[in-house]
Amino acid sequence: MAPAIFGVAFAAAGLWSLQPVQRPLAPADIDGFIRARLTREGLKPSPEAPKRVLLRRLSLDLVGLPPAPEEMAAFLADTSADAWARQVDRLLRSPHFGEKWGRHWLDQARYADSDGFRSDRFRPHAWRYRQWVIDALNQDMPFDQFTIEQLAGDLLPNATGNQRIATGFHRNTLTNREGGIDPEQFRVEQVIDRTNTTGTVWLGLTVGCAQCHDHKYDPISQRDYYRLFAFFNEADEDHMDAPMPGEWGPHLQARPEYDRKRRELLAAKNVPALQAEWEAGMIEAAAHPGKRLDWDHAFDDLRTDCEDGEKILRTPAAQRTRRQSKILTAYFLGNYGRVITRERKEQLQFDKLAKQLAELDKTLPALSEAPVMRAHARETRLLQRGDYKNPGEAVTAALLPLLPSTGVTRPARLDLARWLVSRDNPLTARVIVNRIWQEYFGRGLVRTAENFGSQGETPTHPELLDWLATEFMDGGWSMKRVHRLIVMSAAYRQSSITRSAVDAGNKLLARQSRLRLSAESIRDSALAASGLLAPDIGGPSVQPEEASGRDRYRRGMYIRQKRTAPHPLMVNFDAPSGYGALCRRNRSNTPLQALNLLNDPAFVEAARALAKRTEGAEFDERLNRMFALTLGRAPDADERAWLRAYLEQQPPAVAWTGVASVLLNLDEFITRE
Amino acid sequence: MLTRRQLLQSALAPTHFPASARAVIFLFMPGGPSQIDLFDPKPELRKWHGKPLPVEATKDLKLAFIKPNANAVASPRQFARHGGSGAEISDLLPHTARQADQLCIVRGVHTDAFNHDPGELMLMTGSMQFGRPSMGAWVNYGLGSESRNLPGFVVLSSGAPPSAGTNDWSNGFLPSAYQGTQFRRSGDPILYLSSPEGFTREMQRSRLDVIRRMNEKRRRETGDPEIDARIASYELAFRMQSAAPELLDLSSESARTLEMYGVNREPTHQYALHCLLARRMVERGVRFVLVSHGSWDDHNDIDKGLDKNCRITDQPSAALIADLRQRGLLDSTLVIWGGEFGRTPMTQQQRTDIGYGRDHHPNCFSMWLAGGGIRAGVTVGKTDELGLEAVEDRIHVHDLQATILHTLGLDHLRLTYPHSGRDFRLTDVAGLVARKLLRRPPA
Repeated sequence: MAPAIFGVAFAAAGLWSLQPVQRPLAPADIDGFIRARLTREGLKPSPEAPKRVLLRRLSLDLVGLPPAPEEMAAFLADTSADAWARQVDRLLRSPHFGEKWGRHWLDQARYADSDGFRSDRFRPHAWRYRQWVIDALNQDMPFDQFTIEQLAGDLLPNATGNQRIATGFHRNTLTNREGGIDPEQFRVEQVIDRTNTTGTVWLGLTVGCAQCHDHKYDPISQRDYYRLFAFFNEADEDHMDAPMPGEWGPHLQARPEYDRKRRELLAAKNVPALQAEWEAGMIEAAAHPGKRLDWDHAFDDLRTDCEDGEKILRTPAAQRTRRQSKILTAYFLGNYGRVITRERKEQLQFDKLAKQLAELDKTLPALSEAPVMRAHARETRLLQRGDYKNPGEAVTAALLPLLPSTGVTRPARLDLARWLVSRDNPLTARVIVNRIWQEYFGRGLVRTAENFGSQGETPTHPELLDWLATEFMDGGWSMKRVHRLIVMSAAYRQSSITRSAVDAGNKLLARQSRLRLSAESIRDSALAASGLLAPDIGGPSVQPEEASGRDRYRRGMYIRQKRTAPHPLMVNFDAPSGYGALCRRNRSNTPLQALNLLNDPAFVEAARALAKRTEGAEFDERLNRMFALTLGRAPDADERAWLRAYLEQQPPAVAWTGVASVLLNLDEFITRE
Repeated sequence: MLTRRQLLQSALAPTHFPASARAVIFLFMPGGPSQIDLFDPKPELRKWHGKPLPVEATKDLKLAFIKPNANAVASPRQFARHGGSGAEISDLLPHTARQADQLCIVRGVHTDAFNHDPGELMLMTGSMQFGRPSMGAWVNYGLGSESRNLPGFVVLSSGAPPSAGTNDWSNGFLPSAYQGTQFRRSGDPILYLSSPEGFTREMQRSRLDVIRRMNEKRRRETGDPEIDARIASYELAFRMQSAAPELLDLSSESARTLEMYGVNREPTHQYALHCLLARRMVERGVRFVLVSHGSWDDHNDIDKGLDKNCRITDQPSAALIADLRQRGLLDSTLVIWGGEFGRTPMTQQQRTDIGYGRDHHPNCFSMWLAGGGIRAGVTVGKTDELGLEAVEDRIHVHDLQATILHTLGLDHLRLTYPHSGRDFRLTDVAGLVARKLLRRPPA
């Protein structure tokens, strides 16, 4: 063992990302670092992009929507010295900022609205976490607090409802309800996912590689891994009533009457007594399997099919929460038929009763809920070769030794969270500012945004990275402050026009990059340009194709994310399905994307609406208006001539829809230039 | 459409070594077909019928639903020897049996997963985790597409869809250009293939022409080569709009061909159509066709379930082999038939009111391969007399994947993609080419 530990210490000493973050002495801003490097390579930065390009870029980057023509006009007319800063501040204050950057965080948080796996059940309350993210970013919650609340909000003294909802971060794991799976196996898989996700998102380390054996490249032993795992192993899934404002009153008012009717319905069918008998039978089957096969199966299914089924069963009836009682009774009514004769089943007619209860439920105004975490003491053992059936030595929770310790002797999850955002941790701030940078320039200062370990790449501008990380921490972990620093820089405001092939991949940033918009932003831009967009912030997920009214036109981030059946637009344009933390999206370019924009009824509807929105004007003016709405600029003479010729070939009824569709299909429209 | 000669001459991405196959048709039977009732007879089970199998044989079994002490059940099927090779195939598959001399039946396949999602993912992506690229995506990433007008990886699904859904043909972390494109059964064969209502093909062309002009202009102004790729994508999309309907237009197929597959006749029609389309796709340069028919998940009433699925799939699968052969395409097309796992020799008698079934069985199951440089007219591998474990020539699904890539000229160890800090491959950290399946063992 000793030589391995030696090896670990040696490797740790060498890896750049584990060295303390040091504020470089000079230069003192982003451009200083970029220019110094360019000068060394004999390169010059690009000139500033035209104002029209700049505002479109800024608006797409900060809020994910193109600027409205009025916003563009105001910016063009503003000749004051701080015109740009005013736009930056306006957009940073916009509630759409939390949506745009919330989506970026949700990629990392592997957010989705369903369980995954075969059943892939809908998670009706998952959105509460998404909402928390949007709100937190809009309020510019300091990143240290943002971290602590998501990882361990439930452990904060006098935790507020919102602080507990933040722990929904851990509830974005997949849930397997397949037959035959051992619930313990799946619990362990979820804990592994929480451990690995935390490692990737905050530390940029592939800690998961140490699940089965010591990490091959980075100084993380298997024992270190399970000591980190222990933080998450000492927690369980929980569930809280999290009513939205105004829900309690009507609920409490209706409840006595509801409870009375429910009791009557159940009593009329003798449910309390039958269920008690059934529960005793299930507990018997659990204790002595192999006696009655049908009861064995019934118990196995309860464990996998019923949320918390076994736990509720083993809780004495009097100690169950309202919700728990309801879940178990519902399950009993649906499954009692499996352990009795068919005649008896038909006689009982529990299916009818279940329907009556469901009808009754509709009379009780619901309280919103939220999936959360809570502490739960549990021994952790190292899992040999990562196998949950093969536990080895017992381990206690401990912070990764490759990083400076905080000195806490028996750390809990809350201490882990605090340690991740401690001033001495060299990774978190670097990792996070790098991911923000990546969204603005198309690649991070460290290209491998998910891996700061020895298999990742080294930074192109190490001093700049440290300078940003220092600014981030010293600025009270304000994320908006980092955003502002970046978009105020000349480097950000450069033209994206390619000048030469000197710097392939634009590593040195002698220009900006043209970046294809995300799936969500493409949808949102088309809806915004056409005037269809319902700009409501937050709330439950929607299924736009099946909705009428506002829900049809909500932003892409609110489209229900079913893991096994993602929305085609999201698949085609590289949005993640939520199977694991994603720190860097692909930007592919495929014929299915073309078909999507050309023919998808949603985009045709947007084209039609855009045509209608600009109705009434003469050709030139109408075309100007369309260009302003979609591209933020006016057409030139060539474009005017081509589009006029096109228009004249088309049947009048769809001619302008055709023009609108042409604009929505342009590379320029789906690109941030 | 390219002629076969052009296909052979067309430039390819360089392979790691000479390929014996240029295209793959995977006849995927999700749910887990019962090898005991189809390809791997177990007469010994008659002795144990209605009784638990010996404890020492079953004590380490981990099964999805049943306990290892469930009663054994012998297959009611009749097995006979077929073809010059004398392959043992049950009476449920008379058409497949007539192709016995083209098949390489593999009896010792095994996998790590006993549930559908992880099992399917294991077979298709080499990992039980979600989010990995599918075999078809890897193959296209490795070889590129030969078709100018169609996607390189196409999915056709009939019956119940596979349980892991689109994950079975996902590009995972590979660029989305490599994802499987699912042809749909109603409406547009490819999602959003049809021009919008009121837009004729000429109108679509003129719309594309003006988009192209404006994109070309932007290309000149910005110098961004990505716009060239965008223009090319739009042109391919337009060609797909006519190539896909041409592909689906069966008027050039003879009545005899349609009859041979069982097109326009029930219960075979949908699956037969997919098999025929798979051949037409391969002719047009599609690299990987995943034809799925489900579900074979016969926990209950397996006699009825197998009879139904075999009536649907037997004739078209066999016709595909015969048809590829008569057109000289079988040598260069690898056809694979199989599911994500097999089924237990024990019964799963969950209910008294319907017939018996069998549980998932990952430890041994049968698949067959044909064409593409695979040996014909052989049965490889052996399972124990109770059908519990593979005992000879065991082939893990990773080995199968390594072998499939091998026939395409790809070394599974070298076909890698960097993601999240390391190089990934289809076969994860395992896989051995099953040389015994290859017609010409490479030097």
